[in-house]
Amino acid sequence: MTIYEKMMNIDRRWIYLIVGFAVLVPAIFPFTVPVAITPEVRSVYKFVEELKPGDYLFLGIDYDPSTMAELHPMSKAIMAQCFKKDVKLIITALSQNGPGMAEQLINEISTKYDKKNHIDYCFLGYKPYPGITILNMGVNFKLTFPNDYYKVPLDSIPVMRGIRNYTDCKGVIDVCAGNIADMWIGFGNGRYGVPLALGVTGVMAADYYPYLQSGQIFGLMPGMKGAAEYETLADYKTTGIKSMAYQTTSHIIILMFIIISNIGFFLSRKKAKLG
Amino acid sequence: MGTSELLWNGLAAILTLAIFSFLYRDNPFYKFAERLVAGVSAGYWTMLLYHTSFTDKVIVPIFQQNEWWYIIPSILGLMMWTRFSRKWSWLSRISLAFYIGISAGVALPISMYASIYKQLEASMVPIAFDMAGINSVLVTIGLICSLAYFFFSKEHSGLFGKVSRVGIYTLMIGFGAGFGLTVMGRISLFIDRVLFLKDYILALFGA
Repeated sequence: MTIYEKMMNIDRRWIYLIVGFAVLVPAIFPFTVPVAITPEVRSVYKFVEELKPGDYLFLGIDYDPSTMAELHPMSKAIMAQCFKKDVKLIITALSQNGPGMAEQLINEISTKYDKKNHIDYCFLGYKPYPGITILNMGVNFKLTFPNDYYKVPLDSIPVMRGIRNYTDCKGVIDVCAGNIADMWIGFGNGRYGVPLALGVTGVMAADYYPYLQSGQIFGLMPGMKGAAEYETLADYKTTGIKSMAYQTTSHIIILMFIIISNIGFFLSRKKAKLG
Repeated sequence: MGTSELLWNGLAAILTLAIFSFLYRDNPFYKFAERLVAGVSAGYWTMLLYHTSFTDKVIVPIFQQNEWWYIIPSILGLMMWTRFSRKWSWLSRISLAFYIGISAGVALPISMYASIYKQLEASMVPIAFDMAGINSVLVTIGLICSLAYFFFSKEHSGLFGKVSRVGIYTLMIGFGAGFGLTVMGRISLFIDRVLFLKDYILALFGA
């Protein structure tokens, strides 16, 4: 095997090991990296910041523990910003493994800001078939959720009094993994015209930028970088901003591997041409 | 961190390392952790569906609120289970037809509107002489060239070949952006586990 071929066929275990070491560097020698704010994240922050005390916001925590690393920081920052501003929250968890995780998150942030369930927010919980759930909520929240997550009838919940559907909320911010985002775009924004912003995983982000350009969503928070930006804006710094240093070192290593294998590819091609 | 939390987090740390061991090669520790995750997820989801769907949509309406018409969808649901019988499996087709019919009827018009009409509308905006206008022109050129690449009824040579070549570059830029974001996403999951392990080790040694 020539040196060029070796450059193109590095054992994946070496790559994992070196990326692993790269991620350990900021853990041993902590440092911070500046976070540039993008317009798509700023518009979400601005939207929440312009809400008045007593306004309603619908927050979808539509992901499960497998993606909480990327999405929890942005959910925390949005929730904290809303509670600081006395904005009322209606929350769902439409991912099947997510309700328990969402409940834990809500309890953590609401306790921190001394906010009470049924007074300052209402956690509706989970129902199967997110598309149908989103469509029905556009008619009346009670159609899909006669009771909240704790089996309390919606009619008897103070924060839900006089609240019928999305028209009573200023907008929807859906932090989600998977195709629930498509359902919010199609059914939430498409059918009812509800102002919608998304927080999505890094893997999903590229697919949702076209919706930003078409105006179907007014903001987009892509993965950990989006979370770090939102944390910076909302001044609520948790793992999002902390992980940017780890991202930087690991990305440098991955870029190095890409460059090495490309050099190997072009040099081997040149050698083959020369005979 | 209390003793109980320390023990639970210790178990989580061991399971994290068991999952990571797959990076070297498949092994029994990885298999155990993988199956534990699948089992816990299935168990959690089953109980969640029972409480949020079966109780709320079958037991409570029929037996407590006397809303007898909920029997009809319940029967349709039960008919799905006839898949397990060779003799009666044809009954499940009625439920499936009902389900697919409703899903298609609800989803198709809205998906056409949100994913096709609105996207087409966004790519046909009036040209403005600013950054947004330049962006729109680039998007339109990229769109036409990418579509040309997938037009196989004409040989990709001459001017058409050059246009489809620009289409390939546009697609590559898209795939590159997707790849970069995917790397960020996967590394984020790894970072979260590293931060968890770091915090656990610090808590274990009382730091």
